Amino acid sequence: MLTKNAAGVAARKRLSMTVNGRAVEIEIDIRESLLDVLRDRLQFTGVKQGCSVGECGACTVLLDGTPVNSCIYLAAWAHGKTVTTIEGIAQDGKLSPVQEAFVEEGAIQCGFCTPGLVLSTTAMVESGHTYTHDEVRRELSGHLCRCTGYQKIVEAAERALRDAESAVDESPV
Amino acid sequence: MFDICELHEPETLQEAKRIFHDNPDLKVIAGGTDVLIRMQHGSLAGAGLLSLRNIRELEEIRMLGDGTLSIGAMASFTKIFQDDLVQKHVPVLSEAAVSMGGPQVRNVATIGGNLCNGAVSADSASTLFALDALLKLENLEGERIIPMGDFYAGPGKVNLGPGELLVSILIPREGYEGMGGRYIKYAMRKAMDIATLGVAVVCKVRDNRFAELRIGLGVAAPVPIRCFEAEAYAKGREITLECVQEIARLAVKPSRPRTSWRASKDYREHLIEVLAQRAVAEAVKRAGGCCAH
Repeated sequence: MLTKNAAGVAARKRLSMTVNGRAVEIEIDIRESLLDVLRDRLQFTGVKQGCSVGECGACTVLLDGTPVNSCIYLAAWAHGKTVTTIEGIAQDGKLSPVQEAFVEEGAIQCGFCTPGLVLSTTAMVESGHTYTHDEVRRELSGHLCRCTGYQKIVEAAERALRDAESAVDESPV
Repeated sequence: MFDICELHEPETLQEAKRIFHDNPDLKVIAGGTDVLIRMQHGSLAGAGLLSLRNIRELEEIRMLGDGTLSIGAMASFTKIFQDDLVQKHVPVLSEAAVSMGGPQVRNVATIGGNLCNGAVSADSASTLFALDALLKLENLEGERIIPMGDFYAGPGKVNLGPGELLVSILIPREGYEGMGGRYIKYAMRKAMDIATLGVAVVCKVRDNRFAELRIGLGVAAPVPIRCFEAEAYAKGREITLECVQEIARLAVKPSRPRTSWRASKDYREHLIEVLAQRAVAEAVKRAGGCCAH
């Protein structure tokens, strides 16, 4: 399929995706990043614009459950995919267990990196895998935080993973 | 917004080859983690993009009938890191894959994109070179299969003809069978960094002698290189500490590192010797050998 931009007129494409559980149909400009569309057109401002070159992780969203940097991902590529932003994590005004863990561990200071870190941690929790301390650090290594020194963030992620594991253990067979 | 004038999103390889044949000036985009960053920095202005993202057949990792491991060019670094076949047969490639970038980048960046960029720091390149990998290139007229050493033409330059796409990476059975391997990436940070130097070693050990040894280096010359003199020296030799030290000294010989803000030429030469020694020692261990004395 070709989307062409003739004589300075921006080429457009119809995009169907699911954002935070809701079906979205939107006409986008092929030049837009997924970050542009989520922030500026759909007003999901929890998706932060940081470095714009995939270094800082502030723009992280889950794409079919997998963390990606939305600043270096073409919006056109999200066609048919399921996108989760931080706005889709709390349900009915109630924080998710991962968000609770970040609060409990004091893993938040200015908050700019927090949406991305909560989403990457959510992806780990939902994978159902177990992670060693080093693996948790590795899975969070695509996020820059200039406030906390990371220690409390790693502790929050480990707490969330531990809680999820014990929730599975206690569930009726 | 990116400065893109058109976007082609074919769903089959055949369709992609046809489009590229008709529009040879298109810029091929795979995971986008390099191309889009370059665009963000102002290069490739007004480019037309040929996106390979929708071509599912290019993501496959499979074992061919003759024991060749075939890795689709669009396989992501995360997929390569986690893939059962890769972990079983070429764990050193899994080790190299997980050293690249950070998780979000690995989730979209592809091995084909990593190679086609021609970056000498590509974490997959030195490892694939050490594994004697072959590259399958196709255009509308046909296909050709070339060794890694013929692919790199210079810094940031690769030998892709008009309308030609990298389709898969082939690692023949002789490239990996019975081999222990180790990839060491040396960088300032443990994640989200570009290698100051990369050393990939694979070896086969018999009666504590080197039956075979292959060393690939990244950022040691304008393109990824092999250390053929060191490899020839090792062949048949008993594995001792002195032997491994000599191999590491010989590994510096084919290098032509440059001084950049990351490291000086002298420092890189020092890194090659030290890291080659460590990588060989670990590869030997993983191949079931020992070089304790």
